[in-house]
Amino acid sequence: MAIYEKINERKAPSGTKGVMHWVRDNLLSTPLNVALTALGIAILFWIIPPFIKWAYVDANFIGETREDCSSGGACWVFIRMKLDMFMYGFYPSIERWRVNTVYVLFFALIAAFKYLKSSVLKIIFAHIYFIAGFILVHGGYLGLELVPTDKWGGLMLTILVAAVGIVCAFPLGVILALGRQSHLPIIKSISVTYIEFIRGVPLITILFMSSIILPLFFPEGMTFDKLLRALIGIAMFEAAYIAENIRGGLQSIPKGQYEAGDAIGLSYWQKMFLVILPQALKVAIPNLVGVSIALFQDTTLVLIIGLFDLLAMVRLSAADSYWLGYETEGYVFVTFIFWAFCYSMSSFSQRLEKRFNTNLR
Amino acid sequence: MLTLLRNQKVRGILFQLLTVIGLVAFLWYIGVNTLTNIEQRGIQTGFGFLNGTAGFGIDQSPIAYTEENTHGRVFIVGLLNTLIIAMAGIVFATLLGLLIGVLRLSKNWLISTLARGYIDFFRNIPLLLQILFWYNVVLRAMPSPKQSINFFDMFFVNNRGLYFPLPDYNTTFFAMVASLGIALIGIVALNMWANKRKEESGEDFAVVPYAFGLLVLLPIVAYFLSGANLHFSIPELKGFNFKGGKTLSPEFLALTFALTIYTATFIAEAVRSGIEAVSHGQKEAAVSLGLSPYQSLKFVVMPQAIRIAIPPIINQYLNLIKNSSLATAVGYPEIVTVFAGTSLNQVGQAVEIISMTMLVYLTISLLVSAFLNWFNHKMKIKER
Repeated sequence: MAIYEKINERKAPSGTKGVMHWVRDNLLSTPLNVALTALGIAILFWIIPPFIKWAYVDANFIGETREDCSSGGACWVFIRMKLDMFMYGFYPSIERWRVNTVYVLFFALIAAFKYLKSSVLKIIFAHIYFIAGFILVHGGYLGLELVPTDKWGGLMLTILVAAVGIVCAFPLGVILALGRQSHLPIIKSISVTYIEFIRGVPLITILFMSSIILPLFFPEGMTFDKLLRALIGIAMFEAAYIAENIRGGLQSIPKGQYEAGDAIGLSYWQKMFLVILPQALKVAIPNLVGVSIALFQDTTLVLIIGLFDLLAMVRLSAADSYWLGYETEGYVFVTFIFWAFCYSMSSFSQRLEKRFNTNLR
Repeated sequence: MLTLLRNQKVRGILFQLLTVIGLVAFLWYIGVNTLTNIEQRGIQTGFGFLNGTAGFGIDQSPIAYTEENTHGRVFIVGLLNTLIIAMAGIVFATLLGLLIGVLRLSKNWLISTLARGYIDFFRNIPLLLQILFWYNVVLRAMPSPKQSINFFDMFFVNNRGLYFPLPDYNTTFFAMVASLGIALIGIVALNMWANKRKEESGEDFAVVPYAFGLLVLLPIVAYFLSGANLHFSIPELKGFNFKGGKTLSPEFLALTFALTIYTATFIAEAVRSGIEAVSHGQKEAAVSLGLSPYQSLKFVVMPQAIRIAIPPIINQYLNLIKNSSLATAVGYPEIVTVFAGTSLNQVGQAVEIISMTMLVYLTISLLVSAFLNWFNHKMKIKER
């Protein structure tokens, strides 16, 4: 009987595992790769240390006046002193708790959405939120002092324009998407014309139209607030893009679903709202988040028609004769805010996409 | 009657009729209101204003323009400037986008991470913010003309723009331009011939070295044949500003930078997803047929990747053209700035002017989508 000896286990051959191997494989595999890695490191060294030196090491954080910014780096004192303006515009400072309450209520709404099962209740809650939000921010009711819309500004206005734009554009977008897929020729051609017209022109021309031409459309004496005009333009614009994304969702629903809806005797609207749209919207959600990101970026355009959103507030503050020359800090600050909002939304949409993809398998 | 209402066809017609009546009534209502409002405010109607004198200057115009010219001329100048900025943006965004897209797929971890960082950073910042940043922060921080940044005494950068030499338009210059055109036609013909030969005999023909040869040799031959008389007008500091050569204004530069950098992120993503969408089996099939990596890229991966990547890239071109309207924020004289801006303020005929401006963009969009439909049809995989 043969005797088998146990052989001691050996280490993995050097150069297939560990940090060194990873570096060799991923960074230094060919001469070209070595050169590229060197180039990459050079770019990093060229950008990051000077930026850290400017924005942190040499920067001024403490103080309240221009004289406190003496070290040559970034003057964050400027941002600190103007922060209230960046956040709320010219909204009166004693009334700002009202805006903050609306922010807090938003999280309450999200929490309520997580725990509520009934979609009817959800819809009611959302409506209550929007009405309460409007009363709180605008005032004029319930003993709250009226704050006219030309005092609204800063990040608050940016968020408001984006949120109201999406919420108002969504139902219109759903209707347009259904219209485009409809077999009724007139409905279809009206929807197609609207969608293709809006998608064919830049937002700025639509904003010009809503701010200059819209008042001409209605009888004398019927005036529209500047903010309302901008919101109408943005909602009209965004509806076309939302419609196209929902159409993508509608097209991905197999024909059998429509036939099944017909077979159990549902009416057109029942079929759409109970069978088709719930599935189509689920498919369309990642793209709809993409649309929301684009809209959030597009809200900056309202500064061209004279509203004071976050970017406009920063431009205005940088033109303040006392703080002249700190434009860079202002732009870096807005860049950071917009980037943080958009990046978190886009990673959210990527997560959603992954989750939905696995569901299909 | 009631049974008629339950008939699907009848209901469809009824529903459409109601929609049309509602829409017509609404349009009628706003039409009547607009006419009365315009009359009350004493605004003129019609397109007669296009023949009226504009009375304002435009500092950058590709065609001759003075204050005495008409608003119609302003429209043309604005349109041409829109096309110029769009062309510049499309060319540079494509080059940068292709580069970033390829780097994004690099096996080198550092490079692909940097490319990803570039994409994630710039696509999440509003374009208007980027334009204002380049214009107000970077270009305004450039030195005054006297302290211009100097490259080889030929290129100068200062806070009034970028100055570069321009060849004089003489026989030699035109001969060289013509020879470049001939070289391009020659390359296309050569490529067609090589493809045909390959289909017939299977033999490869390396077009690239010949193409480069044509591109270099023909202009050189043209240079000497036409008298070797190429002169450059070089920008020179005279007094407080530069004279000679060609100037690119800070507005133009800020717009081009921002449009290029922003749009390149989307083009890079389109390139990446196009290449990644080619299924792995295709690459394995290419390897098992014995194709070299280069051949597999050229004959298997690229033809399929291009089919997927081109439509989104063309859509980005369209977005870029529409986004060029943001020029109005920095005052580059394209159509929205000069026509829907200055002309509108002077004439006040908002309905006509904004409709014309929208029509310009609409025409461009429709032309591009017509091209896209044609392209998609042509590129469709022909199944038997």
